[in-house]
Amino acid sequence: MQLCNKWPSFVTNRWTTQIKPKLVHMALLEVQHLKKYYATQKAVDDISFSIEEGSIFGLLGPNGAGKTTLLRMITGIFFPDEGNIIFEGRPFDAINDIIRIGYMPEERGLYKKMKIGEQAVYLAQLKGLPRNTAILKVKEWFEKFEMQSWWNKKVEDLSKGMGQKLQFVTTVLHEPKLIILDEPFSGLDPVNSNLIKEEIYQLAKKGCTIIFSTHRMEQVEEICDQIVLINKGRKILDGKVSDIRQQFKENLYRVIVAENPQIPGASGFSILGQEGDEWTIQLQPQTSTNDFLSQLISQGVAIKGFNEILPSLNDIFIKLVHDKQSATRQFQPISA
Amino acid sequence: MNKTFIIIRREFLSRVQKKSFLLSTILLPLFIFGFYALIIYFSVKGEENLKVAVADQTGLLEGKLESSETIRFSFIKEQDPAALQTLLNNNDYTGYIIIPAGFSGKPGDSLLYTSNSNVGLMTKEKIQSTLNKALEKIQVQKLLAPGITLGQLDSTRSDITLKVSKAGQKSGSTGFAYALGFICGILIYAILFIYGAMVMRGVMEEKTSRIAEVMVSSVRPYQLMLGKIIGIGAVGLVQFLIWGVLIIGLQMLLPVIYPQLLDHAVNNAGNISAANNNSQQMEMVKEILKNMHDINIGKILALFILYFLGGYLLYSAMFAAVGSAVNEDPQDAQSLMLPITMPIIFSFVIMTQAINNPDGGLAIFGSLFPLSSPIVMMARLPYGVPAWQIALSLLLLVLGIMGTTWLASRIYRTGILMYGKKANWKELWKWAMRG
Repeated sequence: MQLCNKWPSFVTNRWTTQIKPKLVHMALLEVQHLKKYYATQKAVDDISFSIEEGSIFGLLGPNGAGKTTLLRMITGIFFPDEGNIIFEGRPFDAINDIIRIGYMPEERGLYKKMKIGEQAVYLAQLKGLPRNTAILKVKEWFEKFEMQSWWNKKVEDLSKGMGQKLQFVTTVLHEPKLIILDEPFSGLDPVNSNLIKEEIYQLAKKGCTIIFSTHRMEQVEEICDQIVLINKGRKILDGKVSDIRQQFKENLYRVIVAENPQIPGASGFSILGQEGDEWTIQLQPQTSTNDFLSQLISQGVAIKGFNEILPSLNDIFIKLVHDKQSATRQFQPISA
Repeated sequence: MNKTFIIIRREFLSRVQKKSFLLSTILLPLFIFGFYALIIYFSVKGEENLKVAVADQTGLLEGKLESSETIRFSFIKEQDPAALQTLLNNNDYTGYIIIPAGFSGKPGDSLLYTSNSNVGLMTKEKIQSTLNKALEKIQVQKLLAPGITLGQLDSTRSDITLKVSKAGQKSGSTGFAYALGFICGILIYAILFIYGAMVMRGVMEEKTSRIAEVMVSSVRPYQLMLGKIIGIGAVGLVQFLIWGVLIIGLQMLLPVIYPQLLDHAVNNAGNISAANNNSQQMEMVKEILKNMHDINIGKILALFILYFLGGYLLYSAMFAAVGSAVNEDPQDAQSLMLPITMPIIFSFVIMTQAINNPDGGLAIFGSLFPLSSPIVMMARLPYGVPAWQIALSLLLLVLGIMGTTWLASRIYRTGILMYGKKANWKELWKWAMRG
């Protein structure tokens, strides 16, 4: 990572084409022992994680977990009380690095009385784009999202969904290295949700790193490579989504049987439920799937299907958060 | 391009392009001009049926002043100003003139006309010319003896001036200074409120529309705040400039409208000949110019702009801080604004004192203390203020601006992201003091 400091300035220059050699598993953002305490609560309490370049990273947590405070530190809005933020291998410089970050806060906001096109250009200019470039970019994106006819409309005349699309465009317009989206799908219909989702994939493919903050687990499972789960200001879990699901698996399987809807009782597993010809069973740790299946086969059960049930992130989330909540109750929820 | 400049540009353009801006910028001068024309009309028109008491201690003019339809001169026995004042207060007379013993009507001599009401220029001119005519007659009669030289003939032209005083007030250019100081002070007072509130509303708009968080992820909060303050300040400056140009332009037009106005006044007044018309107009213009010259308008205008900008910067930062602390409910703003509006109102009160006593301790303190100096100094300036006091006052103002801006930006950066919580000043102080 020390390498980054030695790159000539034209490489690190904002608007030159990125000819940076892509380092394998280079962390774009690293957060080390970050702390932010308010008078009445520990909003962020010793959180560390790192995000690989080009990945889609999920920041999860219930309402009031400290997500917004954490994101505000990463976007340079707040300064941490303690800890370090390393951006592209260097200490994060709130003044100069923020133009390489695009942040869409959960509370959407635009100037209501301002014309849409002018507003997008204005926000892009504040992210360092020259005015002419900004106008071209806005036109490009408006075309992509079929918003060309909106240019001279005012924000107050837009529907909520249209406003969301505009907000997304203004967030990614300046081609930031790091895009932070706080609940990006809230208030969007399925069609527009998909549109934005596709764009998120496209941006990640182009090398953007995306932090996706939400409490909606099903979206995370679908989109994110890696997650961090925080609750009450502390990190309670992080890792790759698939690893985490493996880690929390409870040896649950689904068996679909034909003709004979009965599974005879046997050793090494227990039956948790039945719905039609679908059975949910839990294997005991020492029982392998082969042992189980051969038992069934030897007893003449016709098996139509068999698969492992991994816990959903939602289940894990609820389980972890619930456990923590019953264990400690020392902090008040943080206002968003 | 510098981000603060981009913000200034938006704040400026978004306001200047509004229809309401155009309307107020153009309509206000017209309104002021109309008002102004009305004042001139009334001041020129003068009063009708004046009863002027003349206390002639010389006996020189006794019976020699010609009364007209509108002005009647009465020579009275009372010589004591206090007694004369009682007569005025009883409405027996509109005004009085004391002709002191030893007055001979030499050119350059002056007499004082005291009245309880404002004296129109036309009235003043009429009394003055009546006095001069009477004195000329006396001179001419003196010279009716043979052997007059041309020089002596010339000396018959009487050229005394009449000074006008509203009872209990100073006369001449002090009246003008009084008016100028008062108008400038009121203007700055109004500016602080109007543009300060504009800054506050702008900040509240950013906060309630939730754009603030998007903005501070691109720029530092102080850039956002300063951009807004400077942008709106520029709107104010441009507005003033347009007003200035319009008012001056309309004044150029004044002579076009003026003669009719004057004719009208003359017809009303009756016995002033048309030939006198021009010279009287000239007299008035000369008088106004002389007053302006005495007071040094250029210097006052320059300082007015400086104090306008200084006062605006000082207070608008605090208005921005309050705006950032207010939630959806504009009612909250009322109570938070009190600590800002109080010093402005106090300054106004001090100004009204300073205008009557420009070198008093309170006036000097008020014109140095940065929270009140923009308003109070305006009242003192036309009377003349030592240079060191102006310099010190401006220095303190700059320090004050730095102080309030620093404090305000610290409140602001916390306030614009704080929702749901009703803040009081104690809370704001905590925001400002925390690291």
